[in-house]
Amino acid sequence: MAIKSNSLWKLAFIRLRRNYLAILGFIVLFILVFVAIFADQISPYGYEQQDYMMIRQGPSAKHLLGTDEFGRDVLSRLIYGSRISLQVGLVAVAISLFAGGAIGAIAGYFGGRIDNILMRIMDIQLAIPTILLAIVISAALGPGLFNLMVAVGITSIPRFARLMRASVLSIKGMEFIEAARAMGASHTRIILIYILPNCMAPLIVQSTLSVANAILFAATLSFLGLGVQPPFPEWGGMLSAARPYLRTNAYLSIFPGLAIMITILALNFLGDGLRDALDPKQKR
Amino acid sequence: MSTNITAAENLLDIRGLKKYFNVGKKLLHAVDNVSFTIPRGKTLGLVGESGCGKSTLGRVVIGLLEATAGEVFFKGKNALKFNAQERSEFRKQAQIVFQDPFSSLNPRMSVYQLIAEPLIINKTCRNNTEVSERVKVLMDTVGLAERLITSFPHELDGGRRQRIGIARALALNPEFIVLDEPVSALDVSIQAQVLNLLADLKDERGYTYLFISHNLSVVRYVSDEVAVMYLGQVVEKASNVILFQEPLHFYTQALLSAVPVAALDIKKDRILLEGDVPSPIDPAPGCRFASRCPNREEICTSEGPALIEVRPGHWVACHRVKPEPGKA
Amino acid sequence: MSDKNTQAPLLDIRDLSIRFNTDSGVVHAVNHLNLSLQKGKALGFVGETGAGKTTTALAILHLIQSPPGEITSGEILFEGQDILRMTEAERRDIRGNKIAMIFQDPMTSLNPIMTVEDQIMEVVSLHTDAKGEELRNRAHEMLQMVGIRPERGKEFPDQFSGGMRQRVGIAIALACRPTLLIADEPTTALDVTIQAQVIDLIKHLQKMVETSLLLITHDLGIVAEICDEVAIMYAGRVVEYSDLRQLYTKPMHPYTQGLFNAVPRLDSEPGGRLAVIQGLTPDPTDLPEGCSFSPRCPYVQDICRQEALGLKEYEPGHFVDCHFPLGMNGGLGA
Repeated sequence: MAIKSNSLWKLAFIRLRRNYLAILGFIVLFILVFVAIFADQISPYGYEQQDYMMIRQGPSAKHLLGTDEFGRDVLSRLIYGSRISLQVGLVAVAISLFAGGAIGAIAGYFGGRIDNILMRIMDIQLAIPTILLAIVISAALGPGLFNLMVAVGITSIPRFARLMRASVLSIKGMEFIEAARAMGASHTRIILIYILPNCMAPLIVQSTLSVANAILFAATLSFLGLGVQPPFPEWGGMLSAARPYLRTNAYLSIFPGLAIMITILALNFLGDGLRDALDPKQKR
Repeated sequence: MSTNITAAENLLDIRGLKKYFNVGKKLLHAVDNVSFTIPRGKTLGLVGESGCGKSTLGRVVIGLLEATAGEVFFKGKNALKFNAQERSEFRKQAQIVFQDPFSSLNPRMSVYQLIAEPLIINKTCRNNTEVSERVKVLMDTVGLAERLITSFPHELDGGRRQRIGIARALALNPEFIVLDEPVSALDVSIQAQVLNLLADLKDERGYTYLFISHNLSVVRYVSDEVAVMYLGQVVEKASNVILFQEPLHFYTQALLSAVPVAALDIKKDRILLEGDVPSPIDPAPGCRFASRCPNREEICTSEGPALIEVRPGHWVACHRVKPEPGKA
Repeated sequence: MSDKNTQAPLLDIRDLSIRFNTDSGVVHAVNHLNLSLQKGKALGFVGETGAGKTTTALAILHLIQSPPGEITSGEILFEGQDILRMTEAERRDIRGNKIAMIFQDPMTSLNPIMTVEDQIMEVVSLHTDAKGEELRNRAHEMLQMVGIRPERGKEFPDQFSGGMRQRVGIAIALACRPTLLIADEPTTALDVTIQAQVIDLIKHLQKMVETSLLLITHDLGIVAEICDEVAIMYAGRVVEYSDLRQLYTKPMHPYTQGLFNAVPRLDSEPGGRLAVIQGLTPDPTDLPEGCSFSPRCPYVQDICRQEALGLKEYEPGHFVDCHFPLGMNGGLGA
């Protein structure tokens, strides 16, 4: 009998492969990342390149998705915009994942007073509406891509902290942690080798779904004028700029809107697929 | 406390051990004033129902939980007062096998990693080759086929997982092993295999076991001496044969009579105890068993009985059981 | 195997096969199982984890999740009617009413937000026309019957201990006076002294209510206390079936014998070695050819690896699924 050994990660991957929607989401995201990386090669025009002959012209052979009010190619701006959206999504989530994860892990593992203090701070933050908090942070830091990422990242720290704390608490009670202590393992080793790898599954799922959230949130802030400043093409910013022309040139709103929607949908499909794959017991 | 009191042949000598947990403003008496000894190379079976404190006791003995009071002499030295270095040495010599072979193994680790873990943590091997050789020897010792070395716990059945747990406990060449319900999660045919393995290991290597179980038949099979626990206290302790043939404490008698026997025509008078085990939180004074004991007297509810030697080697904590004159 | 009995059995399972289509392959949980139970009798249904005991019980109530579960063959005759061919409404009428179940874990089998008397009233009101006070009286009567003071009916499950909860579970199961009571490891989650109380109660009530009992367990000791007949299950089949005395005094299937020898007993000598059944229970996605016990059987012959036999009546009332049953002419065992 041949022994084929599959770690839990590998099993999860096998399950994920069977989920068509998740695979679809993954393919869309893969294309998006590809487009973002090779934007310079792919896009037909530069994002700032203006064509004064072609102002607010609908889709045509020359400009596949039309041009905006400065005669810039919408397709090219969407292509460059994917860079910004993905960057915002990934960096913002990285910020909340590391900060929230660390806070949650410390609170959960050590418990007691530390836990109490950290989690009450998180509670206070949760009590402030996220959009207000983000506006305040962006206003304080000033507009700009990096500040936008920080603002979006900070707002979802509590969510990650809570999730991490809950997973740590459940893992901490397992007998194999006690077994590790009986072997003489140190706190650091227990956290790094025993607890963290067993907490990863929910965090991965949450991160995927949060990237979607962050992109949406960044678009919202840009729409409000607090995010990435013109002429940088951010999808939310493009939507905002297209607002005056909603009745005359609807395509200006539709295409960035579609770009945001497809990205979010792809991320959510992948996130749901990951959740089912990583935690088969929680299947609905 | 001087150390020479402990007789040399007792590997483990526990005196007045207590472990209380804070539950809100109250105290949960998990282990209350327990004393016993285990001679080197012998097995003490510790029986009791759920919540009687037997697992807590096992964890306190090997230092996984801090004792509230009392002493644990290991080879004549008080293990509760060990310094860091002595403690790490003690860790190697006193190991534990857990009940649940499903939750006691890290699901992300392969069989190799699981068994190598104690070797790596305690740096007992010089290099990786040595670790891997030792792992293979250990797998062979506990009867795990070498081809399983890359498997993960979720791919194995309960019996094999428990063998991993045993291999891991043996990795550091311990002298004393706490076996906390090592077979109660296993099916009967697998249970027999694991019990035989434990018996063989003891015969070959002279391990000393503290065998914790709720299953009287299993304890009967593995133990040299048996102690019965009820609500944090040892109520009776005797050699295997004596305890099962002539139990003196009423609780032991009820416990023995309650075990269903897989045979016909053995009609025993079953003693049905009334009610449930009372709460171990701030227990009432007097004998812990008094609330369910059909033979209780006035003194039982006011004064807790001491564990006394009523016959040589036979200890009972009951007001109604008097020492046999001239024998003790 | 029912044709021997003059009276039609209450429950007659014929050639039942159940499989589960899972990611890792098709799990053959129950394979051509035959079993029958007379009215008023108690049958012990013994086997290890994964032998298919609980699956069979759930099939009797037609509660197999589908998908992934699938009943591929057989019939389950209850009072002469095939449960598998009934409409869902007919089955609902039987569940909890004529066939009731006691579950293993009294901690999770009760609804935590309903008082215990409400839970008993619930099942009675589903199957009878009783209303109001009549219902409540019925609930109190049931509680009294299982040894719980009726006043405690107003309490919630978490106010009861494990043993008391299992009593509530029994009260719910018996509330409609079922003709068949299925008890799935009813005492496994309980302590020995509490287990003794519950066994005593089940034994007593089964006779009093005159219900048939299908007791699923892995403990041959409990079977000896309660049951009249025993069926030993292995890898989804009944391998031996007879009345209690025959099976306990003269087990004929090597697996049954192995089970008896593998359990340490209170009346056996301490020390020594236990007789072990070598190897592992077969993988239900990949059952061996022929007799499924053949890879572990100490008396295995060539034919065992090639051909499965099915239950055969070697002695009156003693059915064994073995080519060479122990203690028979041509048998190899002692």
